[in-house]
Amino acid sequence: MATTALAPAALRPPAAVKVAARQDPVLVRRGLMAAGLCFLGLFLVLPLTAVFANALSGGFAAYWAAIKQPEALSAVRLTLLAALIAVPLNVVFGLAASWCIARFDFAGKQLLLTLIDVPFTVSPVISGMLFVLLFGAQGLFGGWLMDHNFKIVFAVPGIVLATVFVTFPFVARELIPSIMAVGSDEEQAALTLGASGWRTFFRITLPNIKWSLLYGVILCNARAMGEFGAVSVVSGHIRGLTNTMPLYVEILYNDYQFAPAFAIASLLAMLALVTLVAKSVVEWKSARDLAASRAEAGEYR
Amino acid sequence: MSIEAREITKRFGSFVALDRVSLRVKAGELVALLGPSGSGKTTLLRIVAGLEFPDSGSVLLDEQETTGRSVQERGVGFVFQHYALFRHMSVFDNVAFGLTVKPRRERLPAAKIKARVHELLKLIQLDWLASHYPSQLSGGQRQRVALARALAVEPRVLLLDEPFGALDAKVRQELRRWLRRLHDEIHVTSIFVTHDQEEALEVADRVVVMNAGRIEQEGSPNDVYHEPANAFVYDFLGNFNLFHARVEDGKAYISEPVNGRPAPANGDRLAYVRPHLMNIDRQTDEPNPLSVRVKHINSAGPLVKVELATDRGDHIHVEISHERYDQLQLKKDEAVFVSPRNMKVF
Repeated sequence: MATTALAPAALRPPAAVKVAARQDPVLVRRGLMAAGLCFLGLFLVLPLTAVFANALSGGFAAYWAAIKQPEALSAVRLTLLAALIAVPLNVVFGLAASWCIARFDFAGKQLLLTLIDVPFTVSPVISGMLFVLLFGAQGLFGGWLMDHNFKIVFAVPGIVLATVFVTFPFVARELIPSIMAVGSDEEQAALTLGASGWRTFFRITLPNIKWSLLYGVILCNARAMGEFGAVSVVSGHIRGLTNTMPLYVEILYNDYQFAPAFAIASLLAMLALVTLVAKSVVEWKSARDLAASRAEAGEYR
Repeated sequence: MSIEAREITKRFGSFVALDRVSLRVKAGELVALLGPSGSGKTTLLRIVAGLEFPDSGSVLLDEQETTGRSVQERGVGFVFQHYALFRHMSVFDNVAFGLTVKPRRERLPAAKIKARVHELLKLIQLDWLASHYPSQLSGGQRQRVALARALAVEPRVLLLDEPFGALDAKVRQELRRWLRRLHDEIHVTSIFVTHDQEEALEVADRVVVMNAGRIEQEGSPNDVYHEPANAFVYDFLGNFNLFHARVEDGKAYISEPVNGRPAPANGDRLAYVRPHLMNIDRQTDEPNPLSVRVKHINSAGPLVKVELATDRGDHIHVEISHERYDQLQLKKDEAVFVSPRNMKVF
């Protein structure tokens, strides 16, 4: 502000005008900031601290013992398995669907877009019910499945199916705007240079959308591991067999085993924190790339 | 290698982009497709490239039927208006791309690819930018890299879609001369699309004027400019004044200017006169001079632009040399005569 002080008074803009045009009054700014921080503390920091505090209430040994329980480890394994199947499936589907939607005009495009959003709009519990209605003992295909000794509901395949279903939109929704923004010029250029369709995809399309794809994968993974409602309906809660981490937390909690419940919950919370950090890194990197490509696109001169 | 398009028709929904268009380009020729936007010129270029497929008609490259062939099989070099450089690759990798994606048995060894890319970068005088990324280049540099990338695969034909359309006036003038020189060096059969008549007339061996999905005229730049086949071509190639005219014994006499009003149907024709093909005089023995008043003078430029108006308020634009302007000492609102030295009646 030293330079302002040096300028003759007549050249200085009136203080009131400056404040009004550039920023809100101090009180409003401070008030908004305080409200934001309060909210953050109350709804994020406090619960998160509570989870870790409760998890460690019996000391580190108890915490470690709770995690080392075979049932707990089985829940972790099942959660990882579901995510490991759901995420790659959604990547493949998301890439195919978003590419079709962004690049081509076809009958039923709007319908496809709507269908992709269905898992977002339908309550997860209903998604779970849907699989029970289809594949349960009294379900549409239940009899046939029973005859062939193949279990979907109340077994691992049901959990995987439910997870795939609820995480369906994440990758596609993330990619559609990104593919549209990149445009098809570079792909066409690659084709005229003799590159095959696949090569064009892997060398041109994919590098251009890699950050959006990664972002979609992170969100998809977080949801896959954290999903409760849909999985709960199809799981049957068989300990050591069909319990994922969120389900296992609930069971422990209902059994009044608070410390172990919070111990497992803390694992999920850590996953959330890792996801947030990864998401921020990806956002930061993609923003940097975007700025570079804006410079590329902006200077049509 | 020659290019031929036969009776090409292409529709987008109910819009007819090309209506039975036929075009022949001789080997080694540089042809400009000139027309306003929506005239179908880019569509025709993309059909020749194989980026678009015609509803009917056929494309022949080197007298060979090519219509059903994919873009990869055609061996064309294509340069896009907005460069379409691969933004995540360096200049070197951009130019090398076409060479590195060839099937293994046709691919050059890495050292040869490197030598070839540097040779091309020298050709476009950007060897020093090899490790830069497209976002670090100026528009003119990007388009030259795009051209080098297209030339790397030794295309049988080179197709350029408004290659200078996104550049500013100075750079585009430089680049189009450079393109002309480059073509004189490498002689690859080329078609370029443009809506800039000056560019087409300056660069091309032959100009093809298109309008509403059809070819209006094709010929040398000189023929097209001096002998326009119809009013559209005359209109598209420059500014003009439009007059009512009557033709007697092979001679045309202009009466009043047409200014947005429909031509009366008493056998009158329309005469087109370029602004620089009109005289301004204080006294005249011309057979049919128009009496007008000077309204506005703009002398900043190679020619002095004078705007004049008839008593009825119809405007006429005339361009005279600075010498003539100094001679006349025109003043605003002064009454003078204008007469055409040359006109086209359609």
